[in-house]
Amino acid sequence: MSDILLDVRNLRVEFETRAGTMPVLDDISFTLRRGERISFVGESGCGKSMTALTMMGLLPAIGKIASGEIIFKGEDIANASEARLQHLRGNEISMIFQEPMTSLNPVFTIGNQISEVLKRHRSMDHGTAMQTAVNLLDAVKIPDAKTRINDYPHQLSGGQRQRVMIAIALACEPEILIADEPTTALDVTVQAEIFDLLRDIGARTNTAIILITHDMGAVRQMAERMLVMYAGRKVEEGPVQDIIDAASHPYTRGLISCVPHIRSDVSTLPDSLPEIPGIVPAITSFGKNQCLFAPRCTRVQQSCLDSKPVPTVISAPTRHQVTCWNAHGGTK
Amino acid sequence: MIQHGTKSAQANATLLSVSNLSVRFPLKGRGIDGKRKSLLAVDNVSFDIARGKTLGIVGESGSGKTTAAMAVARLVEKEAGQIQLDGTEFGDLEGDALRLARQQVQIIFQDPYSSLNPRLRAEDIVREPLRHAGQTSRAEQDVIIDELFAAVGLRPEQKRLFPHQFSGGQRQRIGIARALAPRPSLIICDEPVSALDVAVQAQILNLLKSLQKKFDLTYLFISHDLGVVQHMCDDIAVMYMGQFVERASRNDFFAGQRHPYSQALLSAVPTIEDREGDRVRQDISGAPPDLTVPQTACRFVGRCPVVQDVCSQSVPALTPAHGSHQTACHLVTD
Repeated sequence: MSDILLDVRNLRVEFETRAGTMPVLDDISFTLRRGERISFVGESGCGKSMTALTMMGLLPAIGKIASGEIIFKGEDIANASEARLQHLRGNEISMIFQEPMTSLNPVFTIGNQISEVLKRHRSMDHGTAMQTAVNLLDAVKIPDAKTRINDYPHQLSGGQRQRVMIAIALACEPEILIADEPTTALDVTVQAEIFDLLRDIGARTNTAIILITHDMGAVRQMAERMLVMYAGRKVEEGPVQDIIDAASHPYTRGLISCVPHIRSDVSTLPDSLPEIPGIVPAITSFGKNQCLFAPRCTRVQQSCLDSKPVPTVISAPTRHQVTCWNAHGGTK
Repeated sequence: MIQHGTKSAQANATLLSVSNLSVRFPLKGRGIDGKRKSLLAVDNVSFDIARGKTLGIVGESGSGKTTAAMAVARLVEKEAGQIQLDGTEFGDLEGDALRLARQQVQIIFQDPYSSLNPRLRAEDIVREPLRHAGQTSRAEQDVIIDELFAAVGLRPEQKRLFPHQFSGGQRQRIGIARALAPRPSLIICDEPVSALDVAVQAQILNLLKSLQKKFDLTYLFISHDLGVVQHMCDDIAVMYMGQFVERASRNDFFAGQRHPYSQALLSAVPTIEDREGDRVRQDISGAPPDLTVPQTACRFVGRCPVVQDVCSQSVPALTPAHGSHQTACHLVTD
């Protein structure tokens, strides 16, 4: 199918540590279509950002792709050269980060930082690059772009800085925009504006968006499909609506119910929140041949400890699948 | 222990009473009038909290919620206002009297990484407030520390560990144990879960609720997360640019906000219930006012979606509205 932009197959990424070789990503597969919005969900330390960094070719020095393919527009970029990756980054795949304060260089004007991308990837001269930068600032709805282009990052608010990051990421009209917790550091009112902007841009330019988050409300608003990750493994994948209505994996259910969601009628509010006990396991236990969620799971049974669960298809047309030996809804 | 004489007589009365609290920060330079510039961060805020209850203060960053709470804890100097704790003066105490009274007001901080001394063992972190008050022997402190570790869900053998050996949630548990150590009546929770992972957040919120019941604690709960506030608080106050713009009981507040700012705040929160794009979000993109000059209009004028002429003419006062609501808006009449 030609509208498949990115096809990740059985990706395994390993870290070389003093304690041995650890799989930080274990058998991750998913596809991303042109203009599609997908979300990676899970607690910190589950491999969401690592998956994104792997696609960008930005793994830390101790990490390497052990097996699997990352097929971007028909080309396997898992083993691409550094030069090829440099061409892809920014041009075809861009990323914005959680902290807009630390992602911008404090000693250069924002105009400088936006135009840098254009000069490097598009070989524009300074004048054209600056003019394009003004247009980009307009596109991300920074008022009075012509004068703000000469501002330094400290002269902007947090929301405006994140808009500048988005402008930089979009400068070369990438096919994929990865947003790694883009609004965690921002107020809810600003978060809503940034989400509107991302949705607008996605629709207008047909850019596919990967949103990394732990907030199910954000997923609900921003994404069409979600991929739930736990300890470096994919535990559930499917359409956002289907999963929120009837999550199949106990971890997904826990993630949805442990957050106090706002409701207008508070008379039925429970006194305590359903907890997922414990925390994400340390990376040293990631390789075990068992379900890694088992120690925190309320539905644990012997099979969960005996072997690693395999993916089961819940619905073929919607590509909803779960990786669990004892999933909700009676999947076997 | 201090101030326990009045406790039984006022079992369910007001624990914390704050009236007309203002905080002003001096700035560099002088204004056009030649006076030294200053920023009025908290402007004439009044509230009460009943014993055993929780008041939640919500608002965007920079609204003054933390400054107001720190002024209540006497960690930021107030410009004006009275603070009464359990019927006794707290706001104007000085010296030793203040040091002893501080045991009644403790704080749980936002960031469990920077709020614990990395060079102290967990037990010594919890011991510090007791040592500082100087009213218990070391053996008595050890007993209290053991009780507190059990109460917050830490194992006894973890007492000897250093902060870096704990996870974020466990560190927050140490911070909670430290806050509980001097047996306070009021605990200020300043965004206690916003630095934690979602699953751990639920664990800590449940712990805070059960401790409140167990020790009859009163919470002043600061958060920007309205879902958390809904879960934790009996009363809600919305703060904007140094002032309360709306106050109501939890039930009344979530049944329907009166102030346009509260409405906009609620509409901005993504929830799992509504479908993508089918809700009306209030646009409040304008600019907030400059708080270094005296205000002559409603502070929300620049961003308010329903602004009218009257809003620029005077500052609205917090007045009773429908039910338990109090609203500072010229346009809210019921």
